[in-house]
Order: sequence, then C-alpha cells, then structure tokens
Amino acid sequence: MFRFAFRRFLSAVPTLFIVVTLSFFMMRIAPGGPFHLERPLPPQVFENLNRAFFLDQPLIVQYGHYLWNLMHGDFGPSFIYRDFTVAELIGNSLPYSMTLGFWALLIGVGGGVFVGSLAALKQNSLIDYMVMSVANIGITVPNFVFAPLMSLVFAVVLGWLPAGGWDDGGFRNLVLPVISLALPQFAVFARITRGSMIETLRADHIRTARAYGLPSRTIVIVHALRAALMPVISYLGPTAAGVLTGSVVVETVFSLPGVGRYFVLGALNRDYTLVMGTVVLISIFIIVFNLIVDLLYAVLDPRVRYE
Amino acid sequence: MSEQKSSPVTQAPVQGLSLWMMARRRFLRNKAAMFSLFVLIAVAVFSFGGTWVYPHAYDQIFDSYVAIPPSLEPYPKEDTLHQVMQDAAEHGHVSLADFSVTGSTYTAKVTSDKAIDPRVTRYLDRPDEFDGAAIKETLDGGNSAIVTGTVNRQYFPFGTDRNGRDLMPRIMVGGQVSITVGILATLVSLVIGVVYGAVSGYIGGRTDNVMMRFVEILYSLPFMFFVIMLVVFFGRHFVLIFVAIGAIQWLDMARIVRGQTLSLKRREFVEAAHAMGLSNWQIIKRHVIPNTIGPVVVFVTVLVPQVILLESFLSFLGLGVQEPMTSWGTLIAEGTTGMQFVPWLLIYPSIFFVVTLFALNFVGDGLRDALDPKDR
Repeated sequence: MFRFAFRRFLSAVPTLFIVVTLSFFMMRIAPGGPFHLERPLPPQVFENLNRAFFLDQPLIVQYGHYLWNLMHGDFGPSFIYRDFTVAELIGNSLPYSMTLGFWALLIGVGGGVFVGSLAALKQNSLIDYMVMSVANIGITVPNFVFAPLMSLVFAVVLGWLPAGGWDDGGFRNLVLPVISLALPQFAVFARITRGSMIETLRADHIRTARAYGLPSRTIVIVHALRAALMPVISYLGPTAAGVLTGSVVVETVFSLPGVGRYFVLGALNRDYTLVMGTVVLISIFIIVFNLIVDLLYAVLDPRVRYE
Repeated sequence: MSEQKSSPVTQAPVQGLSLWMMARRRFLRNKAAMFSLFVLIAVAVFSFGGTWVYPHAYDQIFDSYVAIPPSLEPYPKEDTLHQVMQDAAEHGHVSLADFSVTGSTYTAKVTSDKAIDPRVTRYLDRPDEFDGAAIKETLDGGNSAIVTGTVNRQYFPFGTDRNGRDLMPRIMVGGQVSITVGILATLVSLVIGVVYGAVSGYIGGRTDNVMMRFVEILYSLPFMFFVIMLVVFFGRHFVLIFVAIGAIQWLDMARIVRGQTLSLKRREFVEAAHAMGLSNWQIIKRHVIPNTIGPVVVFVTVLVPQVILLESFLSFLGLGVQEPMTSWGTLIAEGTTGMQFVPWLLIYPSIFFVVTLFALNFVGDGLRDALDPKDR
C-alpha cells in the first residue's frame, strides 16, 4: 500500500508539469500584462518594471526561470501585491479557506450521506421527498444566488448574523459562508448516496445478512453503507480539493480573506505568478485527494488490493 | 383507411411504435417535465417577445425614478405631482397659483409679475413627468396663464435600478442573452465534441490514444482558470463568450460520443459502407454520428443549464457581456452589491434565473427518462 502511494505520487509529477506548462503559456498568450494599466506608466518605469520581473526576456527563458524556481519551492513575487511573495499571499489566506472548506465539507458530506441514506431507507416517503426537494434546490440554485439571498435574509432583514467579515472566525461569522458553501455539496452527496444506497439494499449480500437475522441497524451501518459509499468516495476527491482551496463567490459575497479570490483577481490583473501559484496549489490538492480516494477504496472494498 | 371505415366492427391493427413515438408519449405523460416545458416556453416568450411589447427600453434612463421599489402604482405618484410642477415653474421664473390633474391631463395656472413669455412651456415639460405643455389662455393682461398638458404615467412593476433603468426590460434582455448563450455555447460544444469523439473513436489506435490523452490533460487543468483565460484572451464580446464556454464544455461530449463510436464501428452496416468504398469521413458523417444521437440529446439537455450557469457565473465575476447589455448573472451581481437598500434588484433576476434552471433540469430529467431504452 505504501509503495502504491509512493508510485502514484511520482506519477503525479508529469501531470503537474503539463498543467504548469499549459497554464504558463496560455496566460502569456493572452493580451495585456501586469503593468498595462488603464493609465499607462511612463515608458521608463514600464521598462524598468519589466526588467525587474524578467518580463523583457524571451518567453522560453522566463519559463525555464519559473520552472527552476518552482522546483526549489519558490513561487516568485507577486506582480500586483508588490510587498508580498506569492507563497506569503497563499500561506496567509489558505488557512481561512481551509477552515471554511473543512466545515463545509463536514456538513456537506456527513449531512449529505446521512440524509441520503435516510431517504433511501424510507424510499417514497415524506422524508424522501423532502430530502430530494432540498437536493434539487441545492443543485439548481447556484452559489452566487444562494449566498447573497442568505445574507439578505439572515443578516440584513433579520439581523441575526453578521453579513460578512472574518473577525475572530467565530461561529456567528462562519455560519452563513459555511452553509452557502456546503449546500451544493450536501445536495450532490445526498443524491449520490440515495441512489447507490437503494441499489445496495437490493444486493445479494444484504439479503443474506437479513436472512441471518442481523439487526437492521447493523445491516445498514456495517454492510450497506460501506458498499454504498463507493461512488460517494470517488466524487469526494475533486470536491474536497475544490472546496478546501476556496470559493470565489462565497469569499466575495461574505468578504472573507480566503485564497479563492486571488485566482480571479490574479487572472484579471495578469498577476502571472499569483495565478500560477494558485493553479499549482489547486492541482496539488486535486492530486493528493485523488490519492487519498484511491487508498480509501482499498479500505472500504476488500476486493481492491494495491501491490 | 377505407377498409376500416367500411367495417367498423373489426379492430384496427395494432400499430407498432417507433422509439421516438414511445419517447414522446412517455415525455407527454411526465407531468413535472411537461409543466417545466410550459414554464420554459413562458420564460422564453417573456424574454424574447417582451421587449417588443414593453414600452421601456432596457437602456432607457429615467432620471426622476432612480432605484424606486417595484409597485403596480404608476409613477409619478399623484401626491408628488404638485411639487414637481412647482419646481418646474420656479425653474421657469414663474409661480404656480393653481394646479389640478384630471385623468392624464393637467391644468396649471402660472402667474408672474411680468408678462408671461409663451416659451415658459418648455420649462414645464419634464422628461419623465409632464409632456406637451401648451398655453390655453392668458389672463390679467398677460401676467398669468392657464397651461394644459399631459401627465406621463410610467409603470415599473419590477422597480428600477440605481441608474434609473426599468428592471423589467433588463430582465427580458438578460434572459435573451442568457438563453442565447446557453443554446449557442451548447451547439459549439456539441459540434466540437461530436466530431472529435467520433473521429477519435472511429480511427482508433494511436490517434485515439493521443486525442483522448489531450482531453485528459484538459480535464486536469483547473476548470475556472481555463474559462477565465479564454474570456480574457477573447475579450468581453458576446459571440466570444459563448465560443469560449463551448470550447471547454465539449470534453464530456467527446468522451460520450467516442464510447458510442467504439461500439458502432464494429457493426455490420459500417463494415458494409466500408466495403462499398466510402471514405472514413463519409462513414463518420453518414453512419456514425447519426447513430450516436440518443445519448447526445440527453447530454445536451443537461448541458444547457450548465452553460447558463457558467455564463452567469462569469458575469457575476464581471467577465460577462458589457454594459448596457446585461445578462441574468450580471443583474444578480449588481443586485448583490446593494441588497441592503435595493433588494428587488437581487430578488427578481434571481427568481427568473432559478425558475428557468429548475425547469431546464426537470425537462432534462424527463427527456432522459423518456429516451432511456431500458425503462419501458
């Protein structure tokens, strides 16, 4: 298992390399640059800035330069936030995004799986319909509609919770952003769990377990849930990576200092290094979580063996 | 037919049902899907037909009615008319002695210590409230005059935005943009995905490997980065936005079509076509692509709401169509920034957007159920 994990980790290196290369050149092909401002800089300043950030060199030289630094763990300086390196910017904001993402993931996945199983056990009951309606809403209503509406109702009209900001990251500040972030995940996981649970409950091994006269709680928790979780797990990887690396919408609506908005801000301002930094970060998260998912498969399904 | 008429006792022969007829029947029986289809048509008629009927243009600015809440009462409000006319009269250096409104016409008596210049009427015409002022008669040797004109009554059932533009036509135009982008971007991804998938699957071998490897690499790129880069690259133009969205949404389509093609190319009719000397491209065009239509139709119905969502998300980030054009996503983004003070700017576009997405999803589910050959 350890050897498998190591091999998988190594095989991620070329993927990461391709992603970095593609992103690097795609961004450079786009017109404009970090110092093409609306009010043009004096040509002397412009040239000096370009020289300072190696932008006057041929593209391929810049690419080699960036790759070399990246391999040494140096993400370079930010072009727009001049006083910070990209590593500092990401390092400062990632904890916020991860805290938010952790709770959202916990509620989304935990709640979704629980509610989905409940709906599957009581198929076509009132609970089932209620769960599926909430899931439908969660899937159709996008974040950028749901988050402002939540803020409007609970912060502006009712005044129960703050409309935004982090403060001390207490419960009151976290409730709205976490719920906004969790709802779509909750909906998706509830649907997946319900579907696979219904299928699993009809499976042979469950029938056998029933025939043995096992208590239904044991059947559901030990035998059915374990098999029903397989499709949930495969969806978990990319979702976890996406949620933990921050959401542009939730961070913008609730004005939180997370890492998600750097992505969009960086791309709009042509902050090349910042965008590259976030791209690498997201890719690493995706790779790591896919690896975790593969390992979880082996834990959940005894038929899966990694040698 | 004539035989049936002549012998009404015998039963009509049982008609075989084609796959499409069965699918249509099943779809017609699905109440949620039919209702959603009706809702969709209503939204489309509202968006595309509404702008022809509705009196206000989406970029028409009403200076007097900035950010007024939605109501069914006409503007200007009756009790403000007197004040508006008084201000207008002051502007024209005359004073208002008497003012009354009957129906849509007003009568005002203006006085001055000098003789009244007939050109004063142009001061009494307001862009938003009063129109067609004319002196009916002059009194007191020209020192006062009776002026009549019409009151412009405007209705803003959805209120106006912070620039004084009526929200209702803006939602209509936003709907046009969102729906059009949704359909066109889906078509773009449909064409790229189907051709790419069919070619890759049909040629197979090393070509297939390389082509699918390329798709996998595109998958592993962070999705949002790709979209943002394309929009940044292409600029914020309406046509380019849907090209950009279509250009990234084709990956799933290509995979689905490739899978279908792999099984199709082993079939006898493809072999027969090959034996008759048709070129690869002719076979793909004439025999492979038409046979992948079932799963493709289902996927398209899933894709349209996804694309609308994506376009709105881009607009929300400020990457959408440019002012004064608008889309639902742009309207929602505008509504978000001022929701404490002008909540209707957020609520109305959101309602239209969410209802449309709901309906699209239900129609998509209905179509999938109807076209699923396993489910009879």
